[in-house]
Amino acid sequence: MIGRLIRGGFDRTSWIFLTVLFGVTLGVAILNLGPEPGSTMHLSTFVVSVLGKYLTYALLAISVDLVWGYCGVLSLGHGAFFALGGYAMGMHLMREIGPRGVYGNPILPDFMVFLDWQELPWFWLGFDMFWFAALMVIVVPGVLAFIFGWFAFRSRVTGVYLSIITQALTYALMLAFFRNDMGFGGNNGLTDFKDILGFSLQSDATRVGLLIASAVALAIGFMISKAVTASKLGKVLIAVRDAEHRTRFLGYRAENYKLMIWTLSACIAGVAGALYVPQVGIINPSEFAPANSIEIVIWVAIGGRGTLAGAALGAVLVNFGKTIFTGLFPEFWLFMLGGMFVLVTLFLPKGIIGFFVNLKEKWRASRPPQSMPQEGD
Amino acid sequence: MDSKTAILYLENVNVSFDGFQALNDLSLSIRPGEMRAIIGPNGAGKTTMMDVITGKTRPDSGRVLFNDVHNLARMDETDIATLGIGRKFQKPTEFENHTVNDNILLALSAGRGVWQTLFAETSARENERIDEVLHIIRLDAVRHNASANLSHGQKQWLEIGMLLAQDPKLLLVDEPVAGMTDSETSETARLLREIAEHHSVVVVEHDMDFVRDLDVEVTVLHEGAAIAEGSLDYVSKSERVIEVYLGR
Amino acid sequence: MQKLVKSFFIVPALWTILWIASFSAVQAQDGFSQKVDAMVGANFTELTVQIDALATSGNARALPILEALSIGRLYYRKTDKKVVIAEKVKRKYRLLDPISGDVLAEGVSKRKLKKIRVNNKLRRALRATMGAMTLLSSDPETRLKAAQSVFKSGDAAALPTLEAAIVKETDPDIRTVLRQAHAVAILNSTRSDDDKRAAFAILEERGDRDALSVVTAAARTATGDLKLLADETVTTIEETLELWNAAQNIWYGLSLGSVLLLAAIGLAITFGVMGVINMAHGEMVMLGAYTTFMVQDVIRNHAPELFDASLAIALPLAFLVAGGVGVAIERGVIRFLYGRPLETLLATWGLSLVLQQTVRSIFGPTNREVGTPEFMSGAFQLGQLTITYNRLWILAFALVVMVALMLLLKYTPMGLQMRAVTQNRKMAGAMGIRTNWVDAATFGLGSGIAGIAGVALSQIDNVSPNLGQTYIIDSFMVVVFGGVGNLWGTLVGAMTLGIANKFLEPFAGAVLAKVFVLIFIILFIQKRPRGLFALKGRAVES
Repeated sequence: MIGRLIRGGFDRTSWIFLTVLFGVTLGVAILNLGPEPGSTMHLSTFVVSVLGKYLTYALLAISVDLVWGYCGVLSLGHGAFFALGGYAMGMHLMREIGPRGVYGNPILPDFMVFLDWQELPWFWLGFDMFWFAALMVIVVPGVLAFIFGWFAFRSRVTGVYLSIITQALTYALMLAFFRNDMGFGGNNGLTDFKDILGFSLQSDATRVGLLIASAVALAIGFMISKAVTASKLGKVLIAVRDAEHRTRFLGYRAENYKLMIWTLSACIAGVAGALYVPQVGIINPSEFAPANSIEIVIWVAIGGRGTLAGAALGAVLVNFGKTIFTGLFPEFWLFMLGGMFVLVTLFLPKGIIGFFVNLKEKWRASRPPQSMPQEGD
Repeated sequence: MDSKTAILYLENVNVSFDGFQALNDLSLSIRPGEMRAIIGPNGAGKTTMMDVITGKTRPDSGRVLFNDVHNLARMDETDIATLGIGRKFQKPTEFENHTVNDNILLALSAGRGVWQTLFAETSARENERIDEVLHIIRLDAVRHNASANLSHGQKQWLEIGMLLAQDPKLLLVDEPVAGMTDSETSETARLLREIAEHHSVVVVEHDMDFVRDLDVEVTVLHEGAAIAEGSLDYVSKSERVIEVYLGR
Repeated sequence: MQKLVKSFFIVPALWTILWIASFSAVQAQDGFSQKVDAMVGANFTELTVQIDALATSGNARALPILEALSIGRLYYRKTDKKVVIAEKVKRKYRLLDPISGDVLAEGVSKRKLKKIRVNNKLRRALRATMGAMTLLSSDPETRLKAAQSVFKSGDAAALPTLEAAIVKETDPDIRTVLRQAHAVAILNSTRSDDDKRAAFAILEERGDRDALSVVTAAARTATGDLKLLADETVTTIEETLELWNAAQNIWYGLSLGSVLLLAAIGLAITFGVMGVINMAHGEMVMLGAYTTFMVQDVIRNHAPELFDASLAIALPLAFLVAGGVGVAIERGVIRFLYGRPLETLLATWGLSLVLQQTVRSIFGPTNREVGTPEFMSGAFQLGQLTITYNRLWILAFALVVMVALMLLLKYTPMGLQMRAVTQNRKMAGAMGIRTNWVDAATFGLGSGIAGIAGVALSQIDNVSPNLGQTYIIDSFMVVVFGGVGNLWGTLVGAMTLGIANKFLEPFAGAVLAKVFVLIFIILFIQKRPRGLFALKGRAVES
């Protein structure tokens, strides 16, 4: 049953996506670890961590595309699930530091010693174990999303209202995490990580390892999303997106479908956040900023909503642009980003992928059809 | 007639919106296997009545019984659909981004749960049933076209096809021939009569020729209440109906 | 012991002052300067006598000299043993004659001076002496301050002076404070229980936190009937305090609510009436604030006398600037996106980024200083409430804008057309209303109102490119909470959220209060997706 589900997700785009993903990742990994530093073939570790970061963003974009592109739920708060996953991982990495912190306390992270806390708060217990933290990376965003979605979808909050309250959700979390008393490091967040699973975060090999882990997570996230959207459930989701009340009159509980995909999406976002944190070395409350969450949406819009691969492509392209432009013309970047929001919505409603699909269809339409389209995929 | 023998039984149903009385002590009952046409001028409460039966609008008071046991006034759209009441909307609302085939597939009676659909596989029997429905509604040729590209009449038929695929016990059909050509209209009348052989049907329509074509019992609504019931010829002789339609 | 010493100084000093005050005190200038010079080389005991002598001299210069002594500025020159008041100017000292107050010399090095030292005991005594001296000052301001400081110290030794001062006092406000100070002093004295009962009554009338702490302290030492009365007074004062506290929260809440209302009111038009979700709304507020800055900048440089009118000048300009940008946005972007709310949301968000960066590029990323006109600065006291004029003006302004907008929508042809277009666009078009024009005008109106909100908000918030972002979520919350398309809802929503926030703050802290309010709204929207004042009907559902 599950095997069939997964096979359903393998189409031509999946193969192209996976080939490009692993081709680039392995290429970068080999060029970083293989040639001696200084040789012309050598790729710096900077490239490795930047690519790793992009891949986690791509996974995040896929999670947003899953709810927005396939279910019509425009989330302006997915940054919250990403950040929660990140915090769960960050808490583990803090515990990993152990007595090597500035204050040398084997149990308490530095910021707690600084705040004169005597013992670890209950919600930090268990995070010294990697498996527990890894579980929390999925469970915490998942549970929050489930509770939020259960309320929101049952009472049929839709459209911009839903978007606004998702934004309020991440805003509220940001305010809360800024407080020192919350026990998550307040303003500064969690940082100064030393190692992960015993491997130093400073070493090139660990960096490459994290890059590959991000690629694998992205591939798995992509395939899960692909399989889900290609199933009959995916068809129901699109039906809900296009005419929600009609699905109800057909007997589908639209809220359950939304809740399921919303929760799945939050879990994926959490995983993306967890992989993001060790690669950038810090997690702080600004990750909850509403502006961040809206930015994710534009990655998806640029790549093409409802295409999954497009979302990932958009995330990488926009962030590549951001890295380049914030370096070269920092003043200019917000103009570009703002301009993208306007231009894409006005002129490229289906994104880059949609644009090319349209071109191809027009080209096809101008030639006599060679064969009937195949049934299903 | 009492609620025991009716498939659908409305008793003293009231609905008001901001002081406007959309349904005013409306009572109505439909026998199993019957096809009933509901007519009435604009604002008579026809669509509101459909909304109440399908759970879209909650009545302020009154009883709405299905098969004498289920109180529809307390259930939501999904539950009512699951009970076996299908509805075709005034404006076609098929799933535009799906093919004709997938529209029917989604309507086919099958598990509606999240996990059931996640692991669902279209069986040979289901494909046969889709074939059958498409044949009835004459859309075999456009099976793999996106439904957004259908003509208006075809969309109306697709809606009816989806109703059929759902295989409900009671069909509510809201203005099926609005915007159709004459030939499409008579084709639709034939289609509905065919469907009525195995289902109970309630049709709301403005088009008198079409209603005459259906040749069934008619209920006339006015200002949220039923003012006459009987054959079309009978009700069109009623003083009250003439008054309502022609004005004083 | 300490108390004894204090009263030892004060009582004779005060009585003498009183005595002198009834005479004219111009004579004996020579005697005064002798007393001043007698401080040179005196030990602490001798010094106490000299201080006493100075205080009772009735000379107006006695107070500044004692003050200089208490803060260690009183020196004498080593060369001629002349007492001087020294002010430090760039590592050197400027010397003032203690008697005339004239400058004697500049740039004197420290080595040529010797300080007249006082110990802590003396310093305390000095302070009490000075306080009592000022109770009889001819300047009402000084008297009031002195009375307040005696209230705080509550020294029983000050009783005679206080009683004398009460008799002499003509200003009723100052007399009230004097009576209250007197009551405190009585509670600290060994006077009769009847006197103390009267004192409790006076303090109960005052009923603030200071009165409470005095009475609480008195309740601790009192016995018998007096104890009961003291406890009763404590309870009464506590109740009064609670009421004032609630009143204060309501005032702060209304004040915050008026800010929210100002920020949201334009949105109530664009989002509430038109259904266009404009994420660049906050930036319209920001543009209004920057317009105010520009207006003030021009006024400062060219016509400073107009400064008090700067806000009045800025209002129409801000309306035009923000409204103009709004019309441009509507014509350039939003009109292509009608019926696609989510896309509108994204596009306007993009515009907000562009506007922010534009302002940042022109004016820089830092806060800009917007001045407050005379009539908006300062505060007044209402019972135990301190009400600042700028907050009061903003509240009034918000309400005026609100009412004006309601009237405009209800009674003008423009309002009629707006309502017609939002309710049934096709029909309105068929009746000859130019719907395009109305769309642009409505959006311009909403944006223009945001602009004038910016003028008001520039008075209480930092004018920076991020100004708008701080308001956008709050404004949406207000509009959604109040009920979309309903201006009354926006008013009630803003005030409710403002007050709720301020009532939560004491328990939860400012940040957590805000979080709670957000969570509350999130839950509220689940319960009533259409807000407080929801429209009901079939048209709404589609």
